[in-house]
Amino acid sequence: MAVFPSTAAAQAADRRRSRAAERGSTPSPRPRRRSQRSAYLFIAPIALGFLVFYIWPLLETFWFSFTSFGVFGGNTWVGGENYEGVVRDVTVGQALGNTVLYMLMGLVTLPVAIVLADLMNRRGLRGVPVYRALYFLPFVTMPAAVGLVWNWLYNGDFGMINEALSWFGVDGRYWVSDPSTAVYAIGAVMVWSHVGYYLIIFTAGIKAIPRDYYEAAEIDGAGPVRRFFRITLPLLSPSIFFATVICVINSLQQFDLIFVMMSPENPALGETQSIVTLFFKWAFQENAQGAAAALAFLLMLLIAALTYLQFRFQKRWVHYA
Amino acid sequence: MPEPAATQRRTRVDGGALATHAVLVAGALFMVFPFVWQALTAFKTMPESVQVPPTFLPNEWHWDAFSQVFTAVPFMEMLTNSFLNTLGRTLGQLVFCSLAAYAFARMQFRGKNVLFAVFLSVLMVPAQLLILPQHEIVQKLGLLNSIPALFLPGMFSAFGTFLLRQFFMALPRELEEAARIDGAGPFRIFWSVMLPLVRPALAALAVITAMWSWNDLLWPLVVNTDPATMPISAGLTSLEGQFMTNYPVLMAGSLIGSLPMIVLYLLLQRHFVQGIALSGSKG
Repeated sequence: MAVFPSTAAAQAADRRRSRAAERGSTPSPRPRRRSQRSAYLFIAPIALGFLVFYIWPLLETFWFSFTSFGVFGGNTWVGGENYEGVVRDVTVGQALGNTVLYMLMGLVTLPVAIVLADLMNRRGLRGVPVYRALYFLPFVTMPAAVGLVWNWLYNGDFGMINEALSWFGVDGRYWVSDPSTAVYAIGAVMVWSHVGYYLIIFTAGIKAIPRDYYEAAEIDGAGPVRRFFRITLPLLSPSIFFATVICVINSLQQFDLIFVMMSPENPALGETQSIVTLFFKWAFQENAQGAAAALAFLLMLLIAALTYLQFRFQKRWVHYA
Repeated sequence: MPEPAATQRRTRVDGGALATHAVLVAGALFMVFPFVWQALTAFKTMPESVQVPPTFLPNEWHWDAFSQVFTAVPFMEMLTNSFLNTLGRTLGQLVFCSLAAYAFARMQFRGKNVLFAVFLSVLMVPAQLLILPQHEIVQKLGLLNSIPALFLPGMFSAFGTFLLRQFFMALPRELEEAARIDGAGPFRIFWSVMLPLVRPALAALAVITAMWSWNDLLWPLVVNTDPATMPISAGLTSLEGQFMTNYPVLMAGSLIGSLPMIVLYLLLQRHFVQGIALSGSKG
């Protein structure tokens, strides 16, 4: 889903294109019919796929959200009843709270990744490619596997985390079945598996900052901390903005890890449920498709609103060179 | 600059480098330890895995957990399903996206801007909004619990189209004109002249699509509920249901399931990084 053209390569492509346009290419004002026809042929396969699997389903979900599914098939129009039900449902309120918590924990990944990217940017540092590869490893690992591995580490009786805590005389707990810790346990795994991704984004951003700036600052007597806050952070702000937008969109749609880490009998199920796991439950386990569709639309509105707000307020803190 | 100052600075830099390494190594251990523990547990017996205090290395290296994985669920079929799903989505995206991307980038036709806006709006819609009707369509096609069900919607990607379009737009116009003068038709120009020039973008798109396809969980859970047609990601959840807390078996299963993508990543790091830097999130 959402992707932004604000990557370096895309910008370079745009610049090259506008330069080409300035050079005054004067194509025939009306394209020849033969080339028109072949253009449509080029687009036809994917257009058909989009129509069947994306555009039509989107309209259908919108229709679903105003209907109720009969036991023997067929849907009946119920107006805004589903939306009303969703807004009033206390489990939705809880899932929304959890989802916002996942989002906030997801955002913690960004400062961690920025600091790591800055450390790896140190001049003459050896072994950077190895570090980068290791930090990125969790991101390519399937979430279903990651969830199982962390459940094992978190295990209350035989888990490695409680074992390590016991070396320091700290009593462990049942991290993923204790309602007061489960959501944070899952959030920590999200941070662990996404640090590498943001590290790549920020590394690309930091590499684009001219070395001269740092050298000039050093000559003027600025220490590493000052250079980080006065040079790296402001000049990295476009990357930080991009990463924040992506991070909010993704973490509001958390599903895989939660689904794998929380078995149906887990007593902390309600405390960890996200909007999307609740959607899955309603849509495919409890036969409440109409309410599920309404929930999905409300989630999209939330994502769209938060994304819009970020774009709206970016002028206040994002410096484009 | 006087000599002593320079020496002093060099030693200070070295100390800083050491501290940097200390932080980065600690972080790297934190990133890697779960994998190490996963692998070590997979080679232990069930009793050894719950021994208190735990052993670090297995007393004896057992393959039992691995053979249990293969007998408990149709694991071999699941691996094949994952492979076919990945292949279907990746090939589909490479073909369909590159064709459309080329038309949007290099050809003139009526309705181009409107069509492109529609494509971009597909990009913005979260997957959950589509999944109910998508499931219904697959059902109506009689494809539930089949391999095509796994890759059908995922073959069409607005992100892939958008990404490749950026690269096609950066190519010089003269190439096409020369080929046209030589009498090549639109498809031939696309296939033999332009497509080879965006190979790095194709490679990046291919590895990223492969990664998302291999790891995808929500869609397979919805369409393929029969274990024989599940990919490995969904298979792991059914393994979890069967073995609960038999962690050697769960670790063996998750290790086999995630290993292909890890190996692919280690082999094709550059393309992964390129693809990640270009993409925002799931395609």
